[in-house]
Amino acid sequence: MRSTVLTDKAGQDAYKAPNPGISAENPRRTGGNLVQLISPEGERISHPEFDLWVSDVTDEQLCSLYEDMTVIRRIDSEATALQRQGELALWPPLLGQEASQIGSGRALRDDDFVFPSYRDNGVAYCRGVEPTDLVRAWRGNASSGWDPYRHNIATQQIIIGSQSLHATGYAMGIQHDGADSVAVAFFGDGATSEGDVNEAMVFAASFQVPVVFICQNNHWAISEPVRIQSHIQIADRASGFGIPSMRVDGNDVLAVLAVTRIALDRARKGGGPTFIEAVTYRMGPHTTADDPTRYRDANELEDWAAKDPIARLKALLRTKGLLTEEVEARTQAKADEVARNLRAGVINMPDPAPLDLFNHVYSTPNSWIERQKDHYSRYLESFSGSTQEGAL
Amino acid sequence: MSKLTFARAINAGLRKSLENDPKVVLMGEDIGALGGVFRVTDGLQKDFGKHRVVDTPLAESAIIGTAVGLAYRGYRPVCEIQFDGFIYPAFDQIVSQVAKMHYRTQGRVKMPITIRVPFGGGIGSPEHHSESPEAYFTHTSGLRVISVSNPQDAYTMIQQAIASDDPVLYFEPKRRYHDKGEVDETADLSTALSMEKSRVVSPGSDVTLVTYGPLVKTASDVAMAASDEGISVEVIDLRSLAPIDFPAVEASVRKTGRLVITHEAAQSGGLGAEIAASITERCFNYLESAPVRITGFDIPYPYSKLEMHHLPDLDRILDGVDRALGRGNSLSGLEG
Repeated sequence: MRSTVLTDKAGQDAYKAPNPGISAENPRRTGGNLVQLISPEGERISHPEFDLWVSDVTDEQLCSLYEDMTVIRRIDSEATALQRQGELALWPPLLGQEASQIGSGRALRDDDFVFPSYRDNGVAYCRGVEPTDLVRAWRGNASSGWDPYRHNIATQQIIIGSQSLHATGYAMGIQHDGADSVAVAFFGDGATSEGDVNEAMVFAASFQVPVVFICQNNHWAISEPVRIQSHIQIADRASGFGIPSMRVDGNDVLAVLAVTRIALDRARKGGGPTFIEAVTYRMGPHTTADDPTRYRDANELEDWAAKDPIARLKALLRTKGLLTEEVEARTQAKADEVARNLRAGVINMPDPAPLDLFNHVYSTPNSWIERQKDHYSRYLESFSGSTQEGAL
Repeated sequence: MSKLTFARAINAGLRKSLENDPKVVLMGEDIGALGGVFRVTDGLQKDFGKHRVVDTPLAESAIIGTAVGLAYRGYRPVCEIQFDGFIYPAFDQIVSQVAKMHYRTQGRVKMPITIRVPFGGGIGSPEHHSESPEAYFTHTSGLRVISVSNPQDAYTMIQQAIASDDPVLYFEPKRRYHDKGEVDETADLSTALSMEKSRVVSPGSDVTLVTYGPLVKTASDVAMAASDEGISVEVIDLRSLAPIDFPAVEASVRKTGRLVITHEAAQSGGLGAEIAASITERCFNYLESAPVRITGFDIPYPYSKLEMHHLPDLDRILDGVDRALGRGNSLSGLEG
């Protein structure tokens, strides 16, 4: 697992910030306003309550957040290119959501457990998943690319919102074990309409389990704008379940880090679930098979381009004199190297063998599967003596 | 040996699993203080606590979905779906998550989840309380599906299901809950008959009668009634519906040459179709006549005044046995 230098240090000397008062009694402290610590222009905005939660972030760590966001954007664009070149079957770009995913992903401890959707590749990167493993499923070489227990992140979820229940159940297990880990569910605005997300909030509230729901409101569920999903702000829904919520500028990596730390801290101290709405924007298509020009206005994209998460952190670093040539060169070199390795990893990825079809359907021997595997294997072998070229 | 009702036998099996493995957790609606609407979990919350016998909110998808999360964390959840007809809200979690997680993760994440489903009719219930949805699940790879027919199997197989590293749907015939039978509570799981195996309930030589769950008792009655007419019926209790113990059914049909299958579930696309097709493929040359299915009709489960017309009973099954034997029967003279 990657180093989690930005893990909250609740209970440790370096980190004594008090809970700023988000509680079940006072569930929506943010009053519907976005928590924002860096303006779109890159100006550091002072916010006494939330500043406390990022006061330990060093200049070096700010630079590492910049590097992470730059690298994951590069992985994302390389994967899109690989799809266009026929090396991947499909890819769901996360362009524009880097701050939401890096800010939250970097707040986690190694022993926390993430339940992501298919678009949360930035979070998976934070958990230490190899870039090549991020795309394995999108090349069609496996259903999922990584070992969930190695990185403490579940396999990506394509059924919308389903993983919110898995996170809640995992949190029931944490509670049962008496541990202070946290389960974190990532999903989008569309998922909040699904029954499973609503049922997850019912269970999480009833049992007061250590789970954090992070909804990246990227404004679009394929072609459906968020107003079709919800008549009110999505964060406001949580209070109906008795779950405190926060609404954060999802393009502000520092603000996302702060609110995620608050939510994790509550959960670790037995305070139960928290709901975070990270307001961001899907700059790209839903997947490489989608065409957003059919349903959304180019002006909207321009507006959001002006709020770009990487550009604003870059501006802040520049103001603080941190964006030295050396930092910039190092960051770009890292991104280039990761992209090169990703490309090589994809192109050299061996194809699975035909009989891998039958592997892992069950964890114990199963007579139906074994019979079908045997018959198909005989069928394949029936071509081995054939003189016809390319019979397979 | 002790004499237990079917429901008490499951209760005893659950208790044993809770005692033997601290990772076993029971979840469901009304399973705590009430002990379940059929009292199958009676007394377990009192003895094992609210964290191990969990009364959940009324959300079936969440009962199964949170069980997936618990399984991710190393637990062995045992979920109760209160009635067969209430399982559908959980369908997605069962077929997309529980069934496929092991495959989707290349075998890295196991789903040792048991889903108990009281099923079948015959108790005069209102709609949605008497269904037989097993074929939806036998059609889903990744699941094991079993159905128990007597207190001893109920006791043993619930423990086998819980101990299985694969997810198991455990179908309990609710109309048999009060039937009593001898149960050996000292039975050793490691030497018990595998839950993938069927059992010959009564040996015979003229017709093979295949069934499971609530109709095993009816089928045994059929065998006795038939013997009065000099017909020898071999009754097979499948026990496992996915996978089906086809080698055992095949061996029986090779001996008898005739096959009758009976279940409460609707006929089209049901288990009877699968058994008839598979046995025909496996030993066509041994069949003396076409396989016969005696099943529920292709209708929604009917209102209770008519349910006894819908459910296969002794006489309808005997009529099917006559058809398999080429004797006079209700369809004599009908083509096809």
